[in-house]
Amino acid sequence: MNAPLLELAHIGKQFGGLNALSEVSLHIKRGEIYGLIGPNGAGKTTLFNVITGLYRADAGEFRFAGLRYHHPQPHRLAQAGIARTFQNIRLFANLTALENVMIGRHIRTRSGVFGALLRDAATRAEERACAERARELLRYVGITRPAQTLAKHLSYGEQRRLEIARALATEPLLLALDEPAAGMNATETESLKTLLQDIRATGITVLLIEHDVKLIMGLCDRVAVLDYGRKIAEGVPDEVRGDPAVIAAYLGNDDE
Amino acid sequence: MKSGRFTKKNGLFVLQLGAVLLLPFITDALLGRGWVRIVDFAMLYIMLALGLNIVVGYAGLLDLGYIAFFAVGAYCFALTGSPHLALAFPQLFPAGLHLSFWQVVPLSALLAGGFGVLLGAPTLRLRGDYLAIVTLGFGEIIRIFLNNLNAPINLTNGPQGISLIDPIAVAGVSLNAGEEILGITFPSVHLYFYLFLAFTALVIFVSHRLEKSRIGRAWMAIREDEIAATAMGINTRNLKLLAFAMGAMFGGVSGTLFAGFQGFVSPESFSLMESVMVLCMVVLGGMGNIRGVILGGVLLALLPEILRHGIVPLQQALFGRTVIDPEGLRMLLFGTALIAVMLYRPAGLWPSRVRRSELEADEPGSTI
Repeated sequence: MNAPLLELAHIGKQFGGLNALSEVSLHIKRGEIYGLIGPNGAGKTTLFNVITGLYRADAGEFRFAGLRYHHPQPHRLAQAGIARTFQNIRLFANLTALENVMIGRHIRTRSGVFGALLRDAATRAEERACAERARELLRYVGITRPAQTLAKHLSYGEQRRLEIARALATEPLLLALDEPAAGMNATETESLKTLLQDIRATGITVLLIEHDVKLIMGLCDRVAVLDYGRKIAEGVPDEVRGDPAVIAAYLGNDDE
Repeated sequence: MKSGRFTKKNGLFVLQLGAVLLLPFITDALLGRGWVRIVDFAMLYIMLALGLNIVVGYAGLLDLGYIAFFAVGAYCFALTGSPHLALAFPQLFPAGLHLSFWQVVPLSALLAGGFGVLLGAPTLRLRGDYLAIVTLGFGEIIRIFLNNLNAPINLTNGPQGISLIDPIAVAGVSLNAGEEILGITFPSVHLYFYLFLAFTALVIFVSHRLEKSRIGRAWMAIREDEIAATAMGINTRNLKLLAFAMGAMFGGVSGTLFAGFQGFVSPESFSLMESVMVLCMVVLGGMGNIRGVILGGVLLALLPEILRHGIVPLQQALFGRTVIDPEGLRMLLFGTALIAVMLYRPAGLWPSRVRRSELEADEPGSTI
């Protein structure tokens, strides 16, 4: 029996009088790459923020890895295994690439104030392991620059990769990516696709919001389409592509 | 460390250490005893600035009421180490408490840390300007309390302050009297210098260790981007409170040192201007960088004194009378210096992350 990793039921979210999300239900299975698409303003990022705990849903149920969360705080969800990247890159700009990834290890390491002050054997070992793992992850996502480079001095594509490395450092069950290919050229997008497939192969479930329909269609196992805060279609990419409601959402409807 | 190899770096360190250890004698010989006292005060400011650096420099929480923790530590020693309690509450404390300095230090660190949490808890959601205003209010509230808590019960003796605080004693030697060790006479201010030096070294050590730790990284993550930090699973509430508490502890301990050194405390030592000065030391020197903060502390603590002692004789010599009051000139120069630094070196005189390592090649790590 393969229970879904993430289950949303009847999620609603309002901003003032605007229904940003209404009655959105979906589930993401373990090990799949799940895509979330929709026209601008469809509520993709809102849903994404609900999933990662940044927004509180006004209605609905939220289950992750078998546990129900009422008003999940972002750091609790991160500890539970949801890691995310941001649409407009949010790195720790004045820290090094290495430190960025090491901060991702924060919840998987333990040493506290006394460890820091005494710097005992256990703390030193943990620091070493943490730095080593961070270096591995930097190489894994393909950042070849010195690990001591400040995050703000990395190129745009490298910054996007660094965000992924930082998210992977938290040892997530679900990696949630908000438009990871935004602003990338074709070559960069292609290598991102390979990276995401690699990540999935290690057993991590991936949730992807994307504008680049080609990337979504080529990569995702299943896709959901949002429009005006509602889920209008869900299924394998080919199915969704032919769905009249989806075509209407993207291209407009003659009746309106 | 005779066993250590004598490298250029080691030699330089020994030289620096020697210079610092001889500093009170050199100062005394060149400038007079009064200047040793000024140097002692500069050390207190350095400790304060390093404490504030944890809150502002590492965690990025702008605190304009930091001097309140200094006040808490100072009054902690003033109450427990002076006859005030015996005078105010003869029934309760017939002889006063007269705790020793070494008992008061952990006490005031804890008390100040508690006040740090007290300030931090309601301000967790605030950032930047809003946080600055609330902390400013907090600093003023503490000062006004100290100023007015002489009635209905006389807890702080109001604006008159508390005097006759017991001198600090180390290993049974009161620092208020000079001491002869190995045939060298150490006057009181010299003894205090070494005590403050030891505490400053401790504060530097703690700051340094925290900076290069998991906790320090989490603080910097909060400073850089709080939302990204929570998304990485960092519990920003606890870590902010920890930053407030740690910073406040440094403030409290230096307040205790201040009270013992002065023998007298009154609310006017803890005005908003003092908070601003300490913040300026941090910002001017270079937020988040220990050396920069020390430099800022030294400069801002000594410059006013240099002006005070230099400008009047200079004016006398030039014009035959004092044209500009040195106090007024101090603020003018101080303001000009701040503007210049912010224009030309916005990251401070000695900013963090001016790192050679950025140019160095990456250390070889293990292969996957």
